[in-house]
Amino acid sequence: MREHLFGKTLEELKDLSVKLGLPSFTGRQLAEWLYKKEVSTFEEMTNLSLKARALLKENYDTGIISPTDVQVSVDGTKKYLFPALEGKFIETAYIPDGNRHTVCVSSQVGCKMGCLFCMTGKQGFQGNLSSGEILNQYRSIPEWRSITNLVYMGMGEPLDNLEEVLKSLEVLTSDWGFALSPRRITVSTIGITPAMLEFLNRSSAHLAVSLHTPFEEERRKLMPVQQVYPLKEVLREIKSWDFGRQRRVSFEYILFKDFNDSVSHVNELSRILHGIRCRINLIRFHPIPDTPLESPDEETIQAFKEKLTAKGITTTIRASRGQDIWAACGLLSTKKLADK
Amino acid sequence: MTTNDSHQVSPVSISFTEELSEGIYLIGFKREFLFRAGQVIGIAMEEKGPRRLYSICSGELEEEIHILYKVVDEGFLTPQLSDLEIGNTIWITAPGGEFTGDKDPAVWIATGTGIAPFYSMFRSGLGENKTLLHGNRFLEQFNFYDEFQEALGQDYIRCCSADNDEEVYQGRITGYLEEQDALIPALKYYLCGSADMVVEARDILISKGIPFGNIISEIYF
Repeated sequence: MREHLFGKTLEELKDLSVKLGLPSFTGRQLAEWLYKKEVSTFEEMTNLSLKARALLKENYDTGIISPTDVQVSVDGTKKYLFPALEGKFIETAYIPDGNRHTVCVSSQVGCKMGCLFCMTGKQGFQGNLSSGEILNQYRSIPEWRSITNLVYMGMGEPLDNLEEVLKSLEVLTSDWGFALSPRRITVSTIGITPAMLEFLNRSSAHLAVSLHTPFEEERRKLMPVQQVYPLKEVLREIKSWDFGRQRRVSFEYILFKDFNDSVSHVNELSRILHGIRCRINLIRFHPIPDTPLESPDEETIQAFKEKLTAKGITTTIRASRGQDIWAACGLLSTKKLADK
Repeated sequence: MTTNDSHQVSPVSISFTEELSEGIYLIGFKREFLFRAGQVIGIAMEEKGPRRLYSICSGELEEEIHILYKVVDEGFLTPQLSDLEIGNTIWITAPGGEFTGDKDPAVWIATGTGIAPFYSMFRSGLGENKTLLHGNRFLEQFNFYDEFQEALGQDYIRCCSADNDEEVYQGRITGYLEEQDALIPALKYYLCGSADMVVEARDILISKGIPFGNIISEIYF
């Protein structure tokens, strides 16, 4: 298989052009074709010389790959499947909501983090996605021109694939790339502290941290990462970071019945998040096979939100989308594997 | 080392190296800090270089800190670690992490070098009332076998997936767990190893009535 061009930075495109004996500016032309226009083959790159097109075709693939499957929810949410390593699939969700059109991309094939509530972890870990494979999930869906927001919340732990995620962010936000505002992009993490600091240093995108309980001892029952990167360390770093006025940190909180939905959780959340300008996104839990966890009822969820709001914490409840198409990450690709 | 800051590193001089079995190494350096058995430290080859986390594989009061690792050919750090000689310098962080045990009865479940934190607990006097399940592909990979066998006797169970021996369970550790029908729900179950093993073993334990709150996992990633 030839190397893919899609996902490379401008510098990389210039370098490879020079190595092929082409002018350096071919790199900029390639960036234009790859990230600004609607082409998927070298033949369509008509401002490149015939010789350049032939050389590129001989040595590279564009790396723009169409999804193999799509499922459409009654609420308009779409779940795309893209082929990945060893017959596996990665999932990409397109979520329209009024004027807001969000794409949720995967960063790994499978996941190593083993969170108790997550379906992706049950697939095991097959590998990291390249920058091109991450970006292809955005560029290769039919709705890509209408996308207003991009979130790294699909399969995998983005900060366990830090360099490729950072490279994809560079392509997304550079003038020569897709020129998206970093304020339209959110990268989610379970809290791998060193990688989180590296991400904060080298990117301007928003940060979302999977919290799920304010109590350290409870968190270690849900998320093995707590053993090595305790929540208190993650929060200490966030509190010491200057997010400025535009950059946002949010905390993801999946509610589990009789586990993390009590008043003491509200009080402790208020205590540990004191001093952080943030918001909490409450997420309804959609049970996965064989899980011991359950979602609380709607009344409890609303009450939890109101109590947090009363504490002065901006709190939202994430709308459940695409439930009829297995839209929670990991569910559809696992079903696809089982079908095979 | 006096700092508690996990971002700072300090130089240490290698005082011990041994290849325990093919591709599995133990290295050591003088202990100059306190830690709790089961904790990890970050290791880098250079002061500003990338770090990787490793479980300490020695007792809390021993003079040397030992680190157990398997060389991963495509890995960043382990091929360099395997070239270390006595007197070479590496850089380490302060110990951290919460995968720590106690004196209560418990079941320790490890695959491969996931045995390291349990060996540290064992060498720190926490081996009493413990059952240890250790899984490996080959018999030669059961590091510390003699010590565990002598202290734990029948409570030390080896699961070997590729070699045959009448003294070991023939198969994967998850296969062994599947066959158990008298697991005690009130015990704590500690899991350490690859994500695949931890997730599969955890699902099996839950299916056999172990409350998820009694399952404590550490994944090597």
